[in-house]
Amino acid sequence: MKRRKFDMAAVPGKTAAGLDDRFQAATPLRRLLNKVFPDHWSFLLGEIALFSFIVLLLTGVFLTFFFEPAMTEVVYNGSYAPLRGTPMSAAYASSLDISFDVRGGLIMRQMHHWAALLFMAAIVVHMLRVFFTGAFRKPRETNWIIGSLLFWVGFLAGFTGYSLPDDGLSGTGLRIASAIMLSIPVIGSWVTSSIFGGEFPGTIIISRFFIAHVLLIPGLLVALISVHLGLVFKQKHTQWPGPGRTNGNVVGERMFPRYALKQGGFFMVVFGVIALMGGLFQINPIWLFGPYEAWVVSAASQPDWYVMFLDGSTRLMPAWEIPIPIGDGYVIPPLFWPTVVLPGILVALSTLYPFLEARHLKDYRSHNLLQRPRDVPARTAVGAMAVAFYVVLTLSGANDVIADKFQISLNAMTWAGRIGLLVLPPLAYYVTYRLCLGLQQHDREVLAHGVETGIIRRLPDGRFVEVHQPLSAAQGHDGEAHGELEYAGWVVPKKMNRLGALGPAIRGFFYPIEKPAEAPVSPGHPPVEARPEREEIGSGERRG
Amino acid sequence: MSTHTEHQAQQGREPLDVNTPGLTRFDIVREGARRDDIEIVHYEPQVVPGSKAERRLTRTVAAMFLLTGLAATAFLIIYIWWPWEYAPGRGGDKWYTPLLGVTLGVALLGIGFGILTWGKKLLPKEVSIQDRHEGAVSADDRTITGQTMLYMADELGVKRRPLLGISLLAGLAPVGAVVAAPLVGGLISDPHKNNQMFTTGFAPAEGGQKIRLVREDGRPVRPADISAGGQLTVFPGIEHGVSNRHADSPTLLIHLRDSDAQESRRNNEREGHGDYMWGNYAAFSKICTHAGCPASLYEQQTNRLLCPCHQSQFLITDNARPIFGPASRRLPQLPIEVDAEGYFVAKSDYTETVGPDFWERP
Repeated sequence: MKRRKFDMAAVPGKTAAGLDDRFQAATPLRRLLNKVFPDHWSFLLGEIALFSFIVLLLTGVFLTFFFEPAMTEVVYNGSYAPLRGTPMSAAYASSLDISFDVRGGLIMRQMHHWAALLFMAAIVVHMLRVFFTGAFRKPRETNWIIGSLLFWVGFLAGFTGYSLPDDGLSGTGLRIASAIMLSIPVIGSWVTSSIFGGEFPGTIIISRFFIAHVLLIPGLLVALISVHLGLVFKQKHTQWPGPGRTNGNVVGERMFPRYALKQGGFFMVVFGVIALMGGLFQINPIWLFGPYEAWVVSAASQPDWYVMFLDGSTRLMPAWEIPIPIGDGYVIPPLFWPTVVLPGILVALSTLYPFLEARHLKDYRSHNLLQRPRDVPARTAVGAMAVAFYVVLTLSGANDVIADKFQISLNAMTWAGRIGLLVLPPLAYYVTYRLCLGLQQHDREVLAHGVETGIIRRLPDGRFVEVHQPLSAAQGHDGEAHGELEYAGWVVPKKMNRLGALGPAIRGFFYPIEKPAEAPVSPGHPPVEARPEREEIGSGERRG
Repeated sequence: MSTHTEHQAQQGREPLDVNTPGLTRFDIVREGARRDDIEIVHYEPQVVPGSKAERRLTRTVAAMFLLTGLAATAFLIIYIWWPWEYAPGRGGDKWYTPLLGVTLGVALLGIGFGILTWGKKLLPKEVSIQDRHEGAVSADDRTITGQTMLYMADELGVKRRPLLGISLLAGLAPVGAVVAAPLVGGLISDPHKNNQMFTTGFAPAEGGQKIRLVREDGRPVRPADISAGGQLTVFPGIEHGVSNRHADSPTLLIHLRDSDAQESRRNNEREGHGDYMWGNYAAFSKICTHAGCPASLYEQQTNRLLCPCHQSQFLITDNARPIFGPASRRLPQLPIEVDAEGYFVAKSDYTETVGPDFWERP
């Protein structure tokens, strides 16, 4: 009897063939493996948000196992001695238990909070990158809108999340949130009463925030993020201009293996940094704040950083109450404008921006090449204006702390914020616009006359001139000594060592890594052409 | 696949037969890339196989991976054996979370940088160019899809049979409302139930009995309990009066100095609140009329009350009028007196609405 030999080496091949028979995966898989991604450090900012979100999901699931989303009054009897015997809500007691009585609970809580802060920060920085480089232009307007929605949904996720522990600080935040809802004209009191299940604080809000925070909002985030990434995949990533890069191609690396490895490594690094922060840096020490009591507050009550701009706008708002003398008399409280109207305007402006710009420039073509911020001074200046506006508001959100630490009058800080909010954005616009023009001009100068060499030459008549290294040896058509180069939308070398004039930098941190072999062995492609011989630095004599 | 062949036809390139003997694996990879309209234009190994640099990089990556193993093991050991339970003072448990963070962080950074080094330094650098095919959306395809959809609409015949469309809409609209009804109906809650927005815990009890002002621990307050210039947070002396169930009731009872009290009384009288104070004592709602935070920072010298949330400032001697910041409405004053036993009571509930402002506040 002959036993069939079991050929170990054939197993992968056979399995693959079997799988492909059933799922016809070979072609789509090849496309996926081969997909080309352009690479630049600024394209990784969105990834930080994505990776933080994954960490949020992981740590968040852990926290749900121990958190009790109830406002039932209990008497604390856990490990943390200073609060023992204090009546508090079950939510606060279980948050304390996560911090003190669950092994490893504190690091999970802190990682969750840090990851949330990082998530929002990465979203903002990513959004700035997309804005300033014009990556939002057609065909990517949809993704820009989804991205700006992600900020606001993330904002809600963060707010509902930090309200859950029901500590003294977050309870104050919740109180302000209820006042904001209350300030909406006509329906305010109904909205508040319906959300809180009666008068503030009621007994149900933590349970409602909990289901919003662990199911509804994350569900929405996952959906939006999936569409966001799907569109990046479908529309292919934008790229910077450069040699060989056109509006119709993507120049970069195939997804596997190098690009995917780098992404995987980067995820681990982000995860690692969050772990370090969660372990080493205290965040939201709820046990110091005590349970929420409606009559207790302390100075320097600040929300998480991404909420601070709204806190700031609220502080700067003048006390303009609008009475409406109909019937018994109605009123629009001043709180309504900075907390409901302002975010509404911000959402509308950011959502509409791609369309406004396209309309203004009458530019309805598709753009896959990015722009350097300096090349679009108006947009860059508008962005700087927005940033200035945001920074003034955020700083004003901490104006009491600034006033305290720097011994400034609190009222002066408020007035500085009010004036700054009106003066700084236009100033930022002007300064940025001029900076962009200056940078553009410098680029053109270098292209026309060459790089400064630092070599000073004395002419026979005694004058000193600086020698420039022209970037092009070509003769100009008008008989000038050198041709003018076209600006290509990408970095213009401005230092001699960028031109290879100073010999290549020696690589390696502690000792030099050996030079690559003369002709790199490439299995498929003919050896890469050697670098053109270095040109001698011209003496500048040929200059006109 | 038609787009590929078209594209290849444009480029005038015959697809390579991948079964040709003698092809290297890279030949097949490149052919695959070409079928996806990718041209690998540059493929440069970064290290020479067997070179010193390669060996060193390999060692570096391996060291990072081993560091990960080490740190992860340390994490587990600390997680299991380190004394973690909270104890007052500077015990070893204070190091538990930082040590977990450091070991976990190092483990993850090790694997992260290991993978990054592997990918960035050991794998060949490449430049590939892929076509975007943006202009390749064929006008024919648009026409076909558009016509197909219009054809389907024709088949449904809503235009010829408008009753179908109308009845479908008429049928579906209530279904949409049915979906929303339980949610809205379940959540909605009348804000004016029991007049809750306009009353506080200080509303006199059923028999008209006046409510005492009590401290946090429930003890009633005598005038002698507060020295001149001092202040005390008081609550309605009813069941749960101190708890969050009466979140709008916390009140600041202030013992004004003589001169301030006189000014305060004058201003009270001007507002028709002449009898709201008792002696030199005045009581104001602690809930800020701006956003509901407790306006609790009392500046004795200037008689200002500052809300730490948004820096609204109220001048106590002038009926707690807002003098700075975003608040637009004064803090309501609680009319107080002293009962037969010598304790503070509220003469009546607040006569103005307590707490943040809203639309229908009269």
